[in-house]
Amino acid sequence: MASIAEELADKQQEISVGEFFERNKHILGFDSLTKALVTTVKEGVDNSLDACEEASILPEIKIEIKEVDEKEYRVAVEDNGPGIVKRKIPEVFGKLLYGSRFHEISQSRGQQGIGVSAVVMYGQLTTGRATTVRSMVKEKDYATEMDIILDTKKNEPDVQNEEVVLWEDKEHGTRFETTVKGLLRRGKHSVFEYLKNTAIVNPHARIVYKRNGDETIFKRATDQLPEETEAVLPHLKGIELGTLSKMAKSSDRRTLKSFLKHEFSRISYSKAEEICKKAEIEEKTNPGDLEVEDCKKVLNAAGEVKLMSPKTDCLAPIRSMLIKKGLKNVLKGDHPEYYAPPTTREPEVYSGNPFQVEVGLVYGGDLPKDSPVRVLRFANRVPLLYRKGGCATTTAIKNIDWRIYGLDQRGGKGMPSGPAVILIHVASTRVPFTSEAKEAIADIPTVIDEIERGLRDCARNLRTHLNKEKKRKKVKKKFTVVNDILPMIAKKSADLLGKEPPELDASMTKIMGVVYIEKEYSWNDGRCGVKIDIMNYTPKKRELNVFFEKPYPETELLSSDPTPEHDGDHLEWKLKNLESSETTVINLEFDGGLEKEDLDGTDVYIEGVGETNLIGAEPLPDDWDIELAEIEEVN
Amino acid sequence: MEERHEDALNRLTNIAEKFYEQLDGGEIPNMEVPTRSKSNIELDRREGVWKLGSSTTNRSAKKLKSARMLLRTLYMLELIQDMIGEDKSSTLREMYYISEGWDKAKFNKQSESDSLAEDMELITGCLREDFKLRPEEDGARIIGDITVEEVNRKGDVRKINCRDDVGDSGYTIPYNVESDKVNFTDTNVDFMIAIETGGMFDRLVENGFDEEANALLIHLKGQPARATRRVIKRLSEEEDIPVVVFTDADPWSFRIFASVAYGAINTAYLSDFLATPTAEYVGITASDIMTYDLPTDNLSENDRKALEQELEDPRFDTDFWKEEIETMLDIDKKAEQQALAKYGLDYVTETYLPEKLGQIGLM
Repeated sequence: MASIAEELADKQQEISVGEFFERNKHILGFDSLTKALVTTVKEGVDNSLDACEEASILPEIKIEIKEVDEKEYRVAVEDNGPGIVKRKIPEVFGKLLYGSRFHEISQSRGQQGIGVSAVVMYGQLTTGRATTVRSMVKEKDYATEMDIILDTKKNEPDVQNEEVVLWEDKEHGTRFETTVKGLLRRGKHSVFEYLKNTAIVNPHARIVYKRNGDETIFKRATDQLPEETEAVLPHLKGIELGTLSKMAKSSDRRTLKSFLKHEFSRISYSKAEEICKKAEIEEKTNPGDLEVEDCKKVLNAAGEVKLMSPKTDCLAPIRSMLIKKGLKNVLKGDHPEYYAPPTTREPEVYSGNPFQVEVGLVYGGDLPKDSPVRVLRFANRVPLLYRKGGCATTTAIKNIDWRIYGLDQRGGKGMPSGPAVILIHVASTRVPFTSEAKEAIADIPTVIDEIERGLRDCARNLRTHLNKEKKRKKVKKKFTVVNDILPMIAKKSADLLGKEPPELDASMTKIMGVVYIEKEYSWNDGRCGVKIDIMNYTPKKRELNVFFEKPYPETELLSSDPTPEHDGDHLEWKLKNLESSETTVINLEFDGGLEKEDLDGTDVYIEGVGETNLIGAEPLPDDWDIELAEIEEVN
Repeated sequence: MEERHEDALNRLTNIAEKFYEQLDGGEIPNMEVPTRSKSNIELDRREGVWKLGSSTTNRSAKKLKSARMLLRTLYMLELIQDMIGEDKSSTLREMYYISEGWDKAKFNKQSESDSLAEDMELITGCLREDFKLRPEEDGARIIGDITVEEVNRKGDVRKINCRDDVGDSGYTIPYNVESDKVNFTDTNVDFMIAIETGGMFDRLVENGFDEEANALLIHLKGQPARATRRVIKRLSEEEDIPVVVFTDADPWSFRIFASVAYGAINTAYLSDFLATPTAEYVGITASDIMTYDLPTDNLSENDRKALEQELEDPRFDTDFWKEEIETMLDIDKKAEQQALAKYGLDYVTETYLPEKLGQIGLM
């Protein structure tokens, strides 16, 4: 790790400038006081998360906001990242559009903001105060602290009060404190909401948020760092004219052909030649000499040439398990009744840029029933809080008739309503934002299409869940009938007639008409007990085959009563004569280490009774036999 | 035990027996109950009243709601058995409160217990009086020259002339008006006029309209009680006295008339017993509002909805009613009986009623 900070520093290179931005605060996300505060925090947190991940550090981020004057706040963001070497601190914080990631193409948060230097500038413009930065790299046992002001005319940092300080209880990290005009609000567009949503898609981060004395801790839900993203070369079919022109100007390559071959993905020498020929530009032309007109020709030529799609393995999705953990971690207060298994779609490509869509859906519990469904939008793990209406995620949601999946939606159009939260994450080396403000994803057909497919995956699971719930409720009512009401009818009618109460079993099973399975877990000394009750509430005697899938193939079965007919990836019992209204119990014990989570996904499968008459278990799937045959061959 | 109660008891016990046998035979307990809804009433052309059609609803213990109804039926049956045994009776409201102690069979609203009592009348063919159940309120008041014989609590028969032997509030119709309790002897009236509001009833009494027009005045007290409708029916049939109905001009008053003349949807199975199809509506009609230029109120949203429903109601499927209902929707106004006082307190008895009754040949 010694060289990480150094390595980052090397990659940092100067980019174009602009006093222009001083007059365009809205592009930078400082167009309202509430938003200014969110952006201040966001720039800091995005940087911190990116830096931690690049250095494979589990992020620990602290945000402090204190009102120091009317509509004036002191904001501090502190991380445990690799730190920034002293000479690079002024440039990172005091120079606009200076960053390590500008020419590289990778799935990073950084591409969404203008950089933390914009915060420094905003602070000094609105309050006249400098930003204090402290940073420590692992190699040093002291930190550097300095006050930074941005010279907006020259786009150069102006450093004041540089000193060396001890940073106790800290090995490495960066902290900045800035004073900005702002407004601390609650609600959909608040700092709190931004951090909460950040925590959902970054379950590997621990985020502490202190404001005016209150403290919220978003705990870490996993120690697993996101998969590493790979930096890739841009694909010629997705690049903008401006970027191409800029790349050509700053390229070290001597010829256009070699520029195309080496600075773009999926271009061979022969393809490069083909492009030059089509563009009618000499392949030996120095890329630095290319005029904008020439670049346009190159782009047009690239459009006519067949190029391989860009690599898609450079993306790092959050993945199902962690989305679920993140959602659970943050939404557990609402006690949702159902988490649809989150979907991670296969990577796809839109105009030369790989992207990947992930969708999660949470339903029920204390989530509000009558309001529109809540949508959590993310691009490269960064929450999108603004411009929901103009976002591809919203378009995709509105394209679906949610009524068939169990949510309310007036006329099958528009936003659905009901007790649900939908999470949509779009990861890409270049997220297609609608504007420079990078607040919404553009309505690109392939992107909408992918989001829609992801939504339908989750929606289908929701429907299945709701149907099961409905069936379960119906059966519960029937239980009330047979357990409470029917015996009372029997007793009352017998009393009125002066007779003995009649035998009820036959009527009861006719009312229920189901085989009912109940699973119960218990833990003892690290051993996990599973009790399966199988009740024959049908009027007939049943011959049933019961199957139980082990949570993991390696899970060791310690005991089973009765003994299974088959023991492998799954267990199987044959119940020869389960009389009407009779119950049988299977008791299992598995080796330690299993948690409720592991067991929740497992099902009991039953053969010998139709699906409609089966509650609490699944009918044996059609493809089960195939699997079974293979296993039996091994035996 | 009186015969009618004994008979009721036998019929009720049949229900318990049926449930018992169904259970004993391994069946799911259930019973068939005629459907009481607007879709299941049809015109009995011979009688001219609206009666229950032939559709039935199966109440089976397969469903929780119906299972609970079956249990409630048994509890109600037991209560009735006890009341008949102890020679006690209870009001429908009392029964609702008694059901509080019925564990899983208790009712959530009085309308539920009232409705089940009606179901039981329907299934057994008995009347709720046979079950020792009665409504909260007695029937309404009547004034006019007829004489009734009523059996009092001591079992004595009392003769009461409803003009001479009563005070200004008239004779109060008891809840049981069957021949074992009430009979009519001398009737010296040309017609009876059933009046919706107490205010108008008292106005006609004060103006001496009963003597002047030789009429029997009946106060309906809003939607009339069964006993009131039964008295009207008996007087009309047994004594051959024509009936007219005099109400406010609004959609709800039209329904009061319909229930007197053709029966109500809920009690369509008792229409034979309660409805007087020869009853005529004297007013106030929507056209009267215009003809007599009466003070009015605007129709409310609910009023309009009620009128729209009445256009669909088979009981109002006549030219007269269609026109009146549409007129009311047109002018978007309603009026009270008391609106006639615009022209003085005597206007109703000296002008309005003579004119209107004259049109149908009663005055």
